[in-house]
Amino acid sequence: MAITLTAAAADRVRAFIDTRGSGVGLRLAVKTTGCSGMAYVMEFADQVEDDDVVFEDQGVKVLINPKSLVYLDGTELDYAKEGLNEGFKFNNPNVKDMCGCGESFNV
Amino acid sequence: MALLQISEPGESTAPHQHRLAAGIDLGTTNSLVASVRSGVTDTLPDKDARHLLPSVVRYRADAAPVVGYQALAAATEDPLNTIASVKRLMGRGVEDVKTLAEHLPYEFVPGSSGMPLLHTAGGDVSPVEVSAEILRTLKTRAEESLGGELAGVVVTVPAYFDDAQRQATKDAARLAGLKVLRLLNEPTAAAVAYGLDQGGDGITAIYDLGGGTFDVSILRLNKGVFEVMSTAGDTALGGDDLDRLVADWIMQQAGMQAGASHVDMRRLMLAARTAKEALSEQTSATVVLELDGTANWTGELTRDRLDELIAPLVEKTLGPCRRALRDAGIRAGDVQSVVMVGGSTRVPLVRERVAGFFKTELMVDIDPDRVVAVGAAIQADILAGNKPDSEMLLLDVIPLSLGIETMGGLSEKIIQRNSTIPTARAQEFTTFKDGQTAMSLHVVQGERELVDDCRSLARFELRGIPPMVAGAARIKVTFQVDADGLLSVIAEEQTQGVTSSIDVKPSYGLSDNEIETMLRDSMDSAAGDRDQRRLREEQVEADRVLEALHSALASDADELLGDAERASIDAAAQALAAVRRGDDYREIKRAIAAVEQASSGYVERRMNSSIRSAMAGHKVDEFKAP
Repeated sequence: MAITLTAAAADRVRAFIDTRGSGVGLRLAVKTTGCSGMAYVMEFADQVEDDDVVFEDQGVKVLINPKSLVYLDGTELDYAKEGLNEGFKFNNPNVKDMCGCGESFNV
Repeated sequence: MALLQISEPGESTAPHQHRLAAGIDLGTTNSLVASVRSGVTDTLPDKDARHLLPSVVRYRADAAPVVGYQALAAATEDPLNTIASVKRLMGRGVEDVKTLAEHLPYEFVPGSSGMPLLHTAGGDVSPVEVSAEILRTLKTRAEESLGGELAGVVVTVPAYFDDAQRQATKDAARLAGLKVLRLLNEPTAAAVAYGLDQGGDGITAIYDLGGGTFDVSILRLNKGVFEVMSTAGDTALGGDDLDRLVADWIMQQAGMQAGASHVDMRRLMLAARTAKEALSEQTSATVVLELDGTANWTGELTRDRLDELIAPLVEKTLGPCRRALRDAGIRAGDVQSVVMVGGSTRVPLVRERVAGFFKTELMVDIDPDRVVAVGAAIQADILAGNKPDSEMLLLDVIPLSLGIETMGGLSEKIIQRNSTIPTARAQEFTTFKDGQTAMSLHVVQGERELVDDCRSLARFELRGIPPMVAGAARIKVTFQVDADGLLSVIAEEQTQGVTSSIDVKPSYGLSDNEIETMLRDSMDSAAGDRDQRRLREEQVEADRVLEALHSALASDADELLGDAERASIDAAAQALAAVRRGDDYREIKRAIAAVEQASSGYVERRMNSSIRSAMAGHKVDEFKAP
């Protein structure tokens, strides 16, 4: 399994890193907070950590800690527009249920 | 499902903790809203991908008001109910509006709170309510774009806005259901957008040529705080005037007659604007004008010709630039960077002239229409708490002047209102009576001339002044306001170095409403205050003259004065004492002059005699110049 990006998501990540001016890629993680137990974390990454698992898709490096990978493996990251709102969306096959807002989830 | 944004390393917030913040540029002609998403700050477009929202509100009977392009389109057919440029009316009283109203097509009715109301089909509305409609539209757009409720906003205001205008802007935001984190000066926001606050100290000029107004501001960045050194401008000069010049040229070329129909005029203005905008990129543009009934006209406008047409107007903007430099006490060469704001700064001739005037490179990388909103959004993101480690900018100003009570119950202002903080100002005072060894200091806040009409903040005493004749002691009073608005006052006697000080918190207990009331009072009673001040000043002077005269007469009148002279001095002094109790400052002034004239011979003899007694027992050699 792996982490993949849709073309739209890859374009946006590349553009954001360009604007920011620095960064080796995108770091994904989960943390155990939120109303359904776990929450997604998306950050710019300035360096690769020793135990990081690195996926590369369409020129974007995705860095992920093995502990988080358990919950994220197989995820496709998408970039979507809903009305005026736009942002990233996790299509995560591990998720059993989500809180109404989608910021946190349960496996 | 929520749409997520990328955070900086280590700055991810827990779910539902990220506080959405936006920056709003509430402009005279157009307004914008911007926000920081995934580290990128940009303005938010509406569903038709338009970033600008025309600052126009149309009121209708039995229907919700319409805001923006739709309202703008109705401006010509329904001028009375379509309110544009409401920013010019913010925080103004009925009297101010009378002078402005000559240029505005609206019907004004006086409101209960002294605020003018605009009469529309949708009822009587205040300028604050009209602005709130614009803000509400931007709020909705931002919340739909960001996918949540706004925790707070930063709204920009012109640097020259006074407290009443700032308060009105805040009220409008509150009415729109927005929490104002801070009002930010427009030029400061533009400088923040370019990250100038992160750079070294220096002087920046902000050249803002908007649709209908022109502003130039000189800012000084000093240890992370932007200080507005000066502002100047022209409230009736903007991009629309450039369009009009081009339109005049087209009319002439196309042989159009004045008094054309509204529809034709609108097409003409549109053609003029399109041509002007095209010439920012190209050196020549084709103008196509379709008119009702008559044949279409097609012509060619070159950039050189455009430059010739608009050159006088562009030159006109340099006048305020010179004035701003003069008021700031600097020369063009002292300006390190020039930030260009407003759509009209895309015109190549404008850039050329401004760069030539300040002899420096211009900052034009950020869209000049959006730069103010972008700066406000950056500031809003910091203030909302999304950048915990970031340095907070302190851009606050003092809302009301701080001063000290002087003889006669007058307030001598030491720090003028709207001074940026932190700040420190000092002024020298002196003793009023011979041998005075203590001084009572009364710190007051407010714009009025009389202490009784100002707010008393604190009293303290300076003791241990060495005995001297009245007016000889030099007491330096320093007012210091730190970044949190905390005032401390230090009084120091200059010869002996005796000091005394007190800490005051000036804004404590003063609500926004009270500040507004105090300001309105001071504006309403400026003329009366001036006369009161003159009267008190003359009364104080009369007391001083009489006091000095009596002490002199007591010491040596017998030796130096004849009976007739003594009688005339006494008569003049009595006359002065009598009018001093009255309330005509001119009469007191005349009586003082009469006393001085009657006693002039006596004063001269006193002077000579005191010099003689000082010289007695000394050799003439001792007085020779070394």
